[in-house]
Amino acid sequence: MATKILTEHINVPGIETFDVYRKQGGYTGVEKALKTMTPDAIVEEVKKAGVRGRGGAGFPMGMKWSFLAKPEGVPRYLVCNADESEPGTFKDHYLMKNLPHLLIEGMIISSYALGANKSFIYVRGELMYVIHILEKAIAEAKAKGFLGKNILGSGYDLELVVQPGGGAYICGEETALLESLEGKRGNPRNKPPFPAVKGLYQCPTVVNNVESIATTSWIVNNGGDAYAAIGIGRSTGTKLISASGHINKPGVYEIELGVPVEDFIFADEWCGGIRPGHKFKALVAGGSSVPILPANLALTLANGEKRLMSYESLSDGGFATGTMLGSGGFIVFDETSCIVRNTWNFSRFYHHESCGQCSPCREGTGWMEKVLHRIEYGHGHQQDIDLLVDVAKKIEGNTICPLGDAAAWPVASAIRHFRDEFQWHIDHPSEATQPGAVYRGEMALI
Amino acid sequence: MAEQEIKPQLLKVTIDGIEVEVEPGTTILQAARKIGPAVAPPAMCYYQPLKGSGGKCRACLVRVAAGSAKDPRPMPKLVASCLTTVQDGMVVENETSPQVVEARKGVVEFLLLNHPLDCPVCDQAGECDLQNFAFDHGRETTRYEEDRRTFEKHDIGPYIQLHMTRCILCYRCVFTADQITNKRVHGVMGRGDAAEISTYIEKAIDNDFSGNVIDVCPVGALTDKTYRFKNRVWFTKPVDAHRDCPTCSGKVTLWYRGEDVIRVTARKNEWNEVTEFICNTCRFDKKKTSDWTIEGPTKISRSSVISANKYRRDEIKPSFGQRLAAAEYKAIDDERDTSQLGIQQLAPERFAKVLPSALEPEP
Repeated sequence: MATKILTEHINVPGIETFDVYRKQGGYTGVEKALKTMTPDAIVEEVKKAGVRGRGGAGFPMGMKWSFLAKPEGVPRYLVCNADESEPGTFKDHYLMKNLPHLLIEGMIISSYALGANKSFIYVRGELMYVIHILEKAIAEAKAKGFLGKNILGSGYDLELVVQPGGGAYICGEETALLESLEGKRGNPRNKPPFPAVKGLYQCPTVVNNVESIATTSWIVNNGGDAYAAIGIGRSTGTKLISASGHINKPGVYEIELGVPVEDFIFADEWCGGIRPGHKFKALVAGGSSVPILPANLALTLANGEKRLMSYESLSDGGFATGTMLGSGGFIVFDETSCIVRNTWNFSRFYHHESCGQCSPCREGTGWMEKVLHRIEYGHGHQQDIDLLVDVAKKIEGNTICPLGDAAAWPVASAIRHFRDEFQWHIDHPSEATQPGAVYRGEMALI
Repeated sequence: MAEQEIKPQLLKVTIDGIEVEVEPGTTILQAARKIGPAVAPPAMCYYQPLKGSGGKCRACLVRVAAGSAKDPRPMPKLVASCLTTVQDGMVVENETSPQVVEARKGVVEFLLLNHPLDCPVCDQAGECDLQNFAFDHGRETTRYEEDRRTFEKHDIGPYIQLHMTRCILCYRCVFTADQITNKRVHGVMGRGDAAEISTYIEKAIDNDFSGNVIDVCPVGALTDKTYRFKNRVWFTKPVDAHRDCPTCSGKVTLWYRGEDVIRVTARKNEWNEVTEFICNTCRFDKKKTSDWTIEGPTKISRSSVISANKYRRDEIKPSFGQRLAAAEYKAIDDERDTSQLGIQQLAPERFAKVLPSALEPEP
C-alpha cells in the first residue's frame, strides 16, 4: 500500500465537513504548529521536507518561503494559486472539492509560518461550486476558532479570503494572479522584482499551489525528514497525478514520486493500461505545456533505464528525449490520436489564452495556430514544418512570462518526435483530411 | 561648513565592447543610450518619461554575457534591456550577439504580422518607430500568409482618430493617459491578438492633454485629425517655437509646409521621446505663425527621412554589412549573401577572440 499524504481520508463520507475532518485527525497540524512551533521552525521543516512546487515549476517551496522579504511594518501575504486551468490538470479541483479543510489547514499553517495575517485563495472562476464549498468550510473553521482573531489562544490572527478568478488561464501565472487579485487586468508583471519582494499591493508575497500548501499539515505532524524519506532523490513526497486520455481508469491518483511510468500506465493500481485493443502512442506527462513524448521515450530513458515519475527522471535528457513533470496533467494517447490535430488543439488554447502584452506571444501563438490549422486541414506547405520550428524558437525564452514557452514547447516537441506525421499531412492532404484519418506509418507503439 | 556631496559609486558596464560608467539603478538601455545611437537597443514600448512603460515589445532584448564582476555568469535568457538594471562589471552584447540579432528579427516579424503595412498612406510614415525598427532589424519578406486582423477606425474625441489595425499594443498611450491626464477613459480591452486599445463604450477622450497620446504612439494608430492625410512628413519643415501658455510649457515644434503651419507637436529628443508634454490648445488650435515666437529650425539628422526624403543606410546607422564587418561576427542571415557586400569572411577562431559567444553552439 502506497503512502497517501493528501488523499488518505478522501473517501470518508462527509469529509468536507469540519466535524468529520476533525475526527479523522484534521487540524492537529494547526494545533501543533500554533502551540508548539515557531514560524521559523515550520519553514525549517518544510525546507527539510524538500517539497517542490506542485503548480508546475517544481521550485522548492521551503526555499521560496525563505526568500520572502521581511521589512518592518509592511504586511506580508500568502496567496494560494487555485487557478488550475492547464489542459489535462484537474488535481487541485479534486482536492478542494473533497478536502476543503485540508487546504484551509495548510493555509493556516503556511500563513503562520510566513507571518501573514491575511491570506487569499484565488480559485478559478469556472469552479463556482468549489468556491461555495471553500467558503462554507472557512465559515465552519472560523466558528470553531481556527480562523479569525487569536486562533486557539495563540495570539495569531488570520483572515482567509476566497477570490474567484475571471476565467483567464494567464491568471494562473503568479504575477498575473496578483494583478488580478488587486482588481487589475491580469497581465503578468516584469520580473524582477519578484513577488517575494514586491507582490500583492507591493508587499512581500508568497504564491503557492493548492497541493503544495496542503502538504504542510502532514509535514508539521510528521516532520520534514519523514516527508523527505518518501519519494526518490530530490523528488520528495507524493504527487497528485491527473490521469486522462486513452486509459482504462482515468482519474486523480496520489503516487509516491519514483513510480515507473510504465507501472503507472499499465498497473491496475493506477491507470490500468491502455483501453482494450489499442496501443500506447504518446504521452504528455505534466499538463499541455510540457513537451510530448513518443511511447518508447515515455517509458525508457535514452540510456535504456526505466523512466520514473519524478522531476529528475522525466526531464532526463533535456528536451531532446525528455519532458517535465509539470503540474502532473498526465495525458495518454493511443494510436488513434492524431498528433497534428492534438498539437493544433493545444496551440489554439494558447492563442486564446495569451494575454497579448508582449509581442512574441501575442502574435506568435496565433501564427502557430493558423499554420497548424492549415496543415491539419490539408493546406500545408512543405516549408511549414520548419516555419513552425522557427516561430516556436523565436517565442521561447523571449517573453515576459512562461506562457510563451508553454505555447512553444508542445509544438516544437511534437515536430521533434512526430515529424513524419506532419510531413504525411502535407504530402497526402486528401488522405489526411478524411474523418478519423490517422497517420499509420512507422512509429513505436507499445 | 557645507556638507560634502556624496557621489554614488559609478558602475562600469561594457556594451558591445564599449565601456561606460553609469549610476546605480540605470537600466542597460539607458547606459547604451549614454554611449550613443550605434549601440542603443531599439525601443518600441519603453518611453522614458512614462513610469511603468517597457518590457512589452521585446525589441530591446540583449544578451548579458556576464552578470556582474562578482558573478560573471551569463544570464540564461535574453533580457529586456529597458527594465534590467546594470551591475558593476556587467558585459552586455547588443548587436554583436547573433542570438540577439535573431531574436530581434523575430520581434520585427511578430510586430509586422498583423500590421497593415499601409505606410504609403499612413501619416506616421517617415517618423515611425516601427518603420525604423523594421528597416534596421527585419527581414525583407514576410512568411505570414493568413489574413491580418482588422478593426474599424474610431474617432475618440474631436481631435484624435484611433486606427487600431496599425497598433502594436505598446501601452504607451495608456500610460500617458494614466499619468498625464486626470481621468483615463481608454485602455486595453480583450486579450491576446484580439486585444485592442479602446474607450469604454465609445466614450470620447476629452481632456486638455489628450493630444499627447498621438505623440507617444510609435506607429500610426493614433493620429491627429487636423493633420490626417494632409501631408507627408518629409515635405514639411520642423521649426522650434514657443508661446506663453497658461496650461503647459508652450514649447513645441511647428511643422511648416510653405507658409502654413500644418501641425504642432511636442518636442522630441534624439530617442524620439517627448520631453515636455503640451496641451491641446497649443497642439490643435494655434496654427498661425503669429501665435508663436519662432526659435529656429528643429535639429533633424541630415540622414533622417524627414530631411533626406528617403531612407538612407549610410548615415543613420552603419549598414548591416558594415556592422557585420566591424563586429566581426558571422552572418546568421542566410538570405543575405555577404560576399556581395564585399566583406571578407573571417575564420571562426578569429572572431572568437573578439566575441567568445560567437563560438557557442546555437541552442
